Amino acid sequence: MARALSPRRLAVTTVAAWTVALIIFFPVLWMILTSFKTEASAVAMPPEFLSADWTLENYTEVWSRSDYPRFFWNSVVISVGSTLLGLLVAIPAAWAMAFVPGRKTKDLLMWMLSTKMMPAVAVMIPLYLLFQQLGLIDTKIGLVVALMLMNLPIIIWMLYTYFKEIPAEILEASRMDGATLWGEILYVLTPMALPGIASTMLLNIILAWNEAFWTIVLTTTKAAPLSAFIASFSAPQGLFYAKLSAASAMAILPILILGWFSQKQLVRGLTFGAVK
Amino acid sequence: MGKIQLSSVRKSFGEVDVIPGIDLTIENGEFVVFVGPSGCGKSTLLRLIAGLEDTTSGVIDIDGKDATNLPPAKRGLAMVFQSYALYPHMTVRKNIAFPLKMAGMDQAEQDKRVERAAKVLNLSNYLDRRPGQLSGGQRQRVAIGRAIVREPAAFLFDEPLSNLDAALRVGMRQEISELHQSLQTTMIYVTHDQVEAMTMADKIVVLNAGRIEQVGAPLELYNFPRNLFVAGFIGSPKMNLIEGAEAAKHNAHTIGIRPEHITVGDGPWEGVVGLSEHLGSDSFLKVAVEGLGTMTVRAPGEVHARHGDRIRLAPAGKIHRFDTNGLAI
Amino acid sequence: MSTHSSRLAARMMVAPSVVLLLIWMVVPLAMTLYYSFRFYRLLSPDRTGWTGFTNYVWFFNSPDFWLALFNTLALVGGVLVITVVLGILIALLIDQPVKGQGMLRILVIAPFFVMPPVAASIWENLFMHPQNGLFSAVSRAFGAQPILFLEQYPMWSVIGIVSWEWLPFATLILLTALQSLSSEQLEAAEMDGASPFARFRYIILPHMTRAITVVILIQTIFLLGIFGEIFTTTQGGPGSASTTLPYMIFKQAIAAKDIGRAAAGGIIAVILANIVAYFLMRGLGRNLEN
Repeated sequence: MARALSPRRLAVTTVAAWTVALIIFFPVLWMILTSFKTEASAVAMPPEFLSADWTLENYTEVWSRSDYPRFFWNSVVISVGSTLLGLLVAIPAAWAMAFVPGRKTKDLLMWMLSTKMMPAVAVMIPLYLLFQQLGLIDTKIGLVVALMLMNLPIIIWMLYTYFKEIPAEILEASRMDGATLWGEILYVLTPMALPGIASTMLLNIILAWNEAFWTIVLTTTKAAPLSAFIASFSAPQGLFYAKLSAASAMAILPILILGWFSQKQLVRGLTFGAVK
Repeated sequence: MGKIQLSSVRKSFGEVDVIPGIDLTIENGEFVVFVGPSGCGKSTLLRLIAGLEDTTSGVIDIDGKDATNLPPAKRGLAMVFQSYALYPHMTVRKNIAFPLKMAGMDQAEQDKRVERAAKVLNLSNYLDRRPGQLSGGQRQRVAIGRAIVREPAAFLFDEPLSNLDAALRVGMRQEISELHQSLQTTMIYVTHDQVEAMTMADKIVVLNAGRIEQVGAPLELYNFPRNLFVAGFIGSPKMNLIEGAEAAKHNAHTIGIRPEHITVGDGPWEGVVGLSEHLGSDSFLKVAVEGLGTMTVRAPGEVHARHGDRIRLAPAGKIHRFDTNGLAI
Repeated sequence: MSTHSSRLAARMMVAPSVVLLLIWMVVPLAMTLYYSFRFYRLLSPDRTGWTGFTNYVWFFNSPDFWLALFNTLALVGGVLVITVVLGILIALLIDQPVKGQGMLRILVIAPFFVMPPVAASIWENLFMHPQNGLFSAVSRAFGAQPILFLEQYPMWSVIGIVSWEWLPFATLILLTALQSLSSEQLEAAEMDGASPFARFRYIILPHMTRAITVVILIQTIFLLGIFGEIFTTTQGGPGSASTTLPYMIFKQAIAAKDIGRAAAGGIIAVILANIVAYFLMRGLGRNLEN
């Protein structure tokens, strides 16, 4: 909708749009600013903007004096791990559903999506007990598996939509050329679907990193990722505002950056292809 | 090498019998064309031979061995797809080498064969380009190169020229025919274009609704069509088919005469010219003849007949006779 | 292509995913159902046995349950209304040819990528906090008493936080749909004499119906399970004022350690989700047909 507006209307609209955007972004901005203030400056009343004392000490303290690095690393391992594991399982499944569709394929796909719509609390009990019996509570492995399963429907679905865009004839040609099934997936499908696979990975890392139910329920101290850490320590007895802000800023920064690059994938992945 | 035999091959998709049952023998070295209207099953038949689809029943023999249950890779056949199906992320060299790589051939041998195929197809200068950087005709050649390099028992072509413009089509058609001359390998070629069929084939298989209407050399089909369908399909413009009194005169339910077998000038048929097309080399006239209906006439050179003119026509070639079931008498 | 071998291969390749999802969902769900009919408390491990619908009855007799139910629906409904309405308006605004559209999108999208505990933490500590929050500073500047958001209006505060988090999602989806609307249609309408409001009502809005439907459906799925924000800020309090159904079940399991009851609650949550889904599809299903 690129219709020309009169200069005056354009000016008004621009101001309005920027104002709204800044209001929406302000909480994030304020938190980032707070993270660079001294604690005293952070809680000063009235709030200090330009007159504040600026420092980097919060970042260095959070990073070096607490267990923060471990929580950060847990988040990395869990998001990337669950995503890679999910891809391993999902790529063959999506291949099968995209290129050898049967009569039940569409139903199967719908069923898989429906598992995502089930409330997590409904399966919390048995899974918690199961994890407990298997000794998986508060382990990174346990969380990797849990998050992989939680996001598997989305991974399969996204890959499915990307695979469907690849002409089937090219895969048939590879079969005629003597490629085995794995050869076809390895040498032809994956290279061609690489952008789609990358997009799926991106979205999934974001979803896993931000997940705030299983990461809280299934961990206590050792395997807790950043989501659990921030959730449990948010009441600032252990951390003060400036340090909390620094911890939070580092927790969200990777995803903010990844997210800015993945808007299109977000739309496609989370609307299950309904909006493109 | 390259003898293919189909026995009672049947293919149904669910309830629909796309191919009710086909028996066909393709001899070694033959250039066989499957031709027919859209939906007649010619592509399906090709894919059955290739192994990309399972037969519902029946046997496919390749060089005397039962290949019915073999996967495509093990049948020793190579296919050129309508859309070329090149691997977009690989260079031309890697595209052509791919089947050799899948067969586990060592690199030196791979390179040798690729160079050879590239020379035959005039692709030597393009080996390091990607398909996206090539023209339609070049892509076509890469697809052929990928097939040649496997030294298959037979080549399968699925409407390979449909995506090319008219001028390119004529050139490629001749190149494929020349390829056949030099390689002497069996080629099975699917097309809906009967001109391609007539010019390229040793043997044409005319298909209609999954059934073989006739198998034979091009001129055989032209001169001795077995039924109305083949008579109407082979030859352009279509054969004129006449029923009624005029047909009865020849002791048949329907008679047919090709447009090129009618002369303009003196003759028993009189009519008014409707549409006329003048190409310089030929003239095509649509004439409404009393008692016979509209006839299409093809005359050599320039015929000065325009819309509304009255002219006389005479049959000057074979009159094909068909009975009530549409079979040739 | 469909040959016997490829179909077999396909089935084998789908199998792991199906098995895993069965293990992840169907089996646990069945177990939850089983537990819901049993007496099972972690603190009294020797007392077990069939207890019929006792656990369910406990919920229905508990005023906390009805409050939690109300809170859950209020949360979903409130966030939906706020995000869809504001989402449309913001999408319309950003869709204009203003300078720096790319940057605008980045700013507006940001909250969605902030993990729920951090989002909740920001609002709880930096804004809503009665001593140190910005809101209290603002109200003090006006000489008024700071509002105790999380104590006096806990559910509204949670709705506010979650709306802030999900507004970008709605905006992004609606913006994408808006940008697929051809300008020619609007220009034709303008030439036909339609006012901006009429153009919005008769052309833009219908075009966006599908996207709005998708936003509502997707968000509902996620909103029914909101947990992290409540856990971080109010822990469902004060009392049970901001407890939703998922949080209530969580408390039964983790705090009261009553497995049987928590399981019953889980089943109730599933039933609720299905009821909501049913009504949603009935109301909006038409919009998705294509």
